[in-house]
Amino acid sequence: MAYLELNNIYKTYGQGDTEAEVLSNINLSIEEGEFVAIVGFTGSGKTTLVNLINGLIEPTKGEVLFKGEPVSGTSHERGVIFQNYSLLPWLTVGQNVYMAVKEAFPKKSKKELQEIVADYVEMVSLTPAINKRPKELSGGMRQRVAVARALAMKPEMIIMDEPLGALDALTRGNLQDEILNIWGKEKRTALLITNDVDEGIYMADRIIPLRPGPNATLGPEFKIDIERPRDKTELNDNANFKKTRNAIIEYLMDIGEERKSDSIEEIILPDLSPKDFVNQFKYKIL
Amino acid sequence: MKQSLTLGKVTKFIGLGFLSTIKDLFTGNIDKEDFKTLLRKTIVPLASILLFIGLWHMGAKALYNKEADFKIEKALTDQGQAAADAMEACIASGDVSCKPNTLPSPSQVWDSYKSLLRDHNIIAADKAAFKEKTAALNEKRVADGLDEITYTGRPSFVDQIFRSLKTVFAGFLLALLIAVPLGIFIGLSPTLKSAFNWFIQIFKPVSPVVWYLLVFMIVKTLLIDSNEDSSFTISFISVGLCSMWATLVNTAMGVSSVDKDYINVAKVLKLGSFQKIFKVVLPSSLPLIFTGLKITLSVAWMVLIAIELLAQSPGLGLFVWEEFQNGANDSNAKIIVAMFVIGIIGFLLDRLMLTIQNWVSFDKTDAI
Ligand SMILES: Nc1ncnc2c1ncn2[C@@H]1O[C@H](COP(=O)(O)OP(=O)(O)O)[C@@H](O)[C@H]1O
Ligand SMILES: [Mg+2]
Repeated sequence: MAYLELNNIYKTYGQGDTEAEVLSNINLSIEEGEFVAIVGFTGSGKTTLVNLINGLIEPTKGEVLFKGEPVSGTSHERGVIFQNYSLLPWLTVGQNVYMAVKEAFPKKSKKELQEIVADYVEMVSLTPAINKRPKELSGGMRQRVAVARALAMKPEMIIMDEPLGALDALTRGNLQDEILNIWGKEKRTALLITNDVDEGIYMADRIIPLRPGPNATLGPEFKIDIERPRDKTELNDNANFKKTRNAIIEYLMDIGEERKSDSIEEIILPDLSPKDFVNQFKYKIL
Repeated sequence: MKQSLTLGKVTKFIGLGFLSTIKDLFTGNIDKEDFKTLLRKTIVPLASILLFIGLWHMGAKALYNKEADFKIEKALTDQGQAAADAMEACIASGDVSCKPNTLPSPSQVWDSYKSLLRDHNIIAADKAAFKEKTAALNEKRVADGLDEITYTGRPSFVDQIFRSLKTVFAGFLLALLIAVPLGIFIGLSPTLKSAFNWFIQIFKPVSPVVWYLLVFMIVKTLLIDSNEDSSFTISFISVGLCSMWATLVNTAMGVSSVDKDYINVAKVLKLGSFQKIFKVVLPSSLPLIFTGLKITLSVAWMVLIAIELLAQSPGLGLFVWEEFQNGANDSNAKIIVAMFVIGIIGFLLDRLMLTIQNWVSFDKTDAI
């Protein structure tokens, strides 16, 4: 029994004419303590997949098992870093983190909670901005608050939806190391959604591409056999790194090409055979 | 330096930012940009006020002449030259019996304003004297378990203003106490929303007069065995019911349209429903609730005048009505004074709400 298991997941949005199947036949299993990255194009259904795992939405078909139990609703065991920060704008940086910590550790005293808040705000180097509201922060700073908020709850599993996308290279590197540090030290399990292959290779044990939607499915996995702790500067000279990186990028480019030719066909097809006409025709035959 | 900074902040905060520019003008530290702002924010409004008064003056004069000419003409055709001359002399003397009763000029209005103030000072002095005179007697009456003797003289103009403010605040408070909680419930529950929707749609456009009559019917019966004057109760309830709709609709809308991201945060943090409402839903709908309250207060102030008039409840509305009925020499001028007072108080109430809104809201936009 894997730690997290997705079995034959399908997810459809809308009904009737607007119905669209975003995810099709998704199978994924993650072991405890593993660090898995999923890479994919924008709009392929990565956020949908993440929300299925954290319990914000339910699959149309299939099941999500967390430690053997079907996921129903959210849980403090699974921490989430949202793609769009999702900070509460009327609270300061400190209050945003405090609110989360207080929910996660209801038994701790106010002073203990405040210490945790201070630690995690310091970790994302936002101590000088602790009393500022999200409006006064840059996009990158807001994303760091979101990271601090999720990690401060000390979840068993960290689910990250493109958490570092809006950051400058330097902060990005620092936060990657912080996340790796926490994951390694406290034996967490991590799922990282990213559109940066290098980030995936630097951080994860396995990289799985999500093929572009609609009907997105997971592609073949790529194992990253590079010893930890990994060193960013040395990584570029590592033969294994280069090989894996090229393989993944080639795969992504191939499905990117496929998608282009697919979309051309899709545009032509409905022109040739109007839906209603075909349906009427069918009924007559029947 | 620090003090002037906070002064600037405060005045800007309550929407009177131009005051600090005027101060800069006097202290001499002003540059070209500031001067342009000064021109736009103070000189231009002042000039337009002067222009307005000028046009008003000329308009009033034209109306006066038209009515005077008509009266003289009428005397001439009806009764001949002698009557026409007498009428002309009478009008020139300013006698009440023949004075054209039309739009008063700015200077007449200003005179009326001063006479209203004088009147207020006299009444206030009278009241103070009465209080002093009856103090000993009242003490005794209270000791004997009797009611105090109260001043029952005519209220002054300023007293009427305070009565009106009292009515409007009572009405506003009633609207707030009904509309905000109800709006929250409606916003949270789609079932309640469809239950209340017809109700809101039908009652929202009902006119103040009809609200007054409805409240009158109900309150009159409820208070049938009390000999208290119910006009205040009736008017503040009518004001509240008339004005609460904007707050009700805005609160419901704010609560039901909370950003999905915030709801997701509440779910991921696993907030209880109480926490979710007070920590996420309400703060996020506060700007809309306040927009509603602001509209409610201005509607309350606007309908108040009509309702006081109908309810015969003391206040500016009744003042205006009595002056209109009265038809004294300066009645029209007093009505215009009341109009300006009503307008200025309405503006100040709006500013007050804006200040409170800026103060409690996270969304510090300069709403007007
Ligand atoms: N709540 C929703 N209702 C309808 N369609 C949705 C909804 N959420 C996402 N989608 C659609 O599903 C697809 C995948 O979206 P998303 O999971 O956000 O992709 P990604 O995170 O990879 O960019 C998109 O085409 C998007 O328009
Ligand atoms: Mg996404």
